[in-house]
Amino acid sequence: MNMMSDAATEKAVNAPADEPVIKMRGKDVCVFYGPKQALFDVNLNIRENAVTALIGPSGCGKSTFLRSLNRMNDTIDTCRVTGDITLDGEDIYDPAIDVVELRARVGMVFQKPNPFPKSIYENVVYGPRIHGLVRNKADMDEVVEKSLVRAGLFNEVKDRLHEPGTGLSGGQQQRLCIARAIAVSPEVILMDEPCSALDPIATATVEELIHELRENYTIVIVTHSMQQAARVSQRTAMFHLGVLVEEGDTDKIFTNPDDPRTQDYITGRFG
Amino acid sequence: MSEPHTVTAYDDELRWLSRRLSEMGGIAEGMVADALTALINADTALAQRVISEDLLLDQGEREIYEKAVLVIAKRQPMASDLREIIGSIRIASDLERVGDLGKNIAKRVISIHTMAQPKKLVRGLEHLSELALTQLKEVLDAFSSHSAEQANSIRERDEEIDAIYTSLFRELLTYMMEDPRNISACTHLLFCAKNIERIGDHATNIAETVFYVATGQQMTVERPKDDESASVVADPAE
Repeated sequence: MNMMSDAATEKAVNAPADEPVIKMRGKDVCVFYGPKQALFDVNLNIRENAVTALIGPSGCGKSTFLRSLNRMNDTIDTCRVTGDITLDGEDIYDPAIDVVELRARVGMVFQKPNPFPKSIYENVVYGPRIHGLVRNKADMDEVVEKSLVRAGLFNEVKDRLHEPGTGLSGGQQQRLCIARAIAVSPEVILMDEPCSALDPIATATVEELIHELRENYTIVIVTHSMQQAARVSQRTAMFHLGVLVEEGDTDKIFTNPDDPRTQDYITGRFG
Repeated sequence: MSEPHTVTAYDDELRWLSRRLSEMGGIAEGMVADALTALINADTALAQRVISEDLLLDQGEREIYEKAVLVIAKRQPMASDLREIIGSIRIASDLERVGDLGKNIAKRVISIHTMAQPKKLVRGLEHLSELALTQLKEVLDAFSSHSAEQANSIRERDEEIDAIYTSLFRELLTYMMEDPRNISACTHLLFCAKNIERIGDHATNIAETVFYVATGQQMTVERPKDDESASVVADPAE
């Protein structure tokens, strides 16, 4: 508790009023898959209550970086991460860190909607239950309703909460996965191409949702759609061949990028 | 456009826009030059031709606008491509205005061709139009070569046009005060001078657009302005 207030004081003293707050900090991050290096000395800060888009051609390392933010790479045996990644100043690769708790604070939404083969209700309540966030039926009902409302899905499913989540449409399933992610009250949400399997209308719904979620969460999104990155994010980071090429305000990156590789990529000139 | 796009049809579309714009530039330039020749030689046939050519520019502007909208819808352009397409739309409308101003000079030729015109004034107008035409030519070169540097120097030179316009304005006032029979012709010549000065302004607008397309930065807000005719008054005591 003391540490928290110290950190808060430091923040207040060091940061001018309009200085953005950094939620996650990546310093000299390198990632290796066996002998192959996938990321080279990436230095990237993730701002609080902002949407940061990671863009770049396939194999550029953007998903690798995203997955290193909540240690999803731990699930790959040969994967090795060096450098520092911090969440609110705390090293997330510290051996003392509880990875399950970390992933509750840094949630994830995947490319393909992947609801559990359970009811809509169970999908949402599963996380809070295993993390001990709910005690009784009333708690559970509340968290289910709140999460589904936040994910913009409640009105569509309120009469069939006990039907299988897999019976929903693709767009609804993805919003269910977002509801599931926010049910455990994360601070950061990682999204790995959340709309690539959705039609334009479902995509628009999810983008609207991202826009609303930004107020309460820090969001990092990997997307192959330049237009989507330009629409939903405030900050954009461009990766190429495992290197962070350029990072800056989205408005600038998409109208007047500094690096020729960014220019070539976003205008469709990459060889 | 350094590297070609992966989708080659996209490059074709951008090239089409730039080619059509160059055509419009050529027509606009020709119209202004012809309008001045018509004025100097009191050539109503040439003036008539200038008037009819304006349609070509109107059509060019419409085509560029439609094509640009289509390219935006189809390709969702970004960065330099987006700036180039938006720039094309802006430049097309500047060129269309240049055409209108040339046409307006041509119309005045038809009104005043029978009247005596002070030779010195006509020469002054000729000089003014040469400057404006040079600006127009160079700005179109700057556009096709994406030269921010050239665009910058064009904007600097607009000052000269403004200064000459202001001195012509004074001279025309003097002529009108000397002999009221000059008023009709001089008023028309005054509008011709104003039109040419406006053509210089459009060249400057285009230069600003070219600069933005090339660099992604806006030129500084302050633009050289030396047209002081707004504060010139005829002093009856003189």
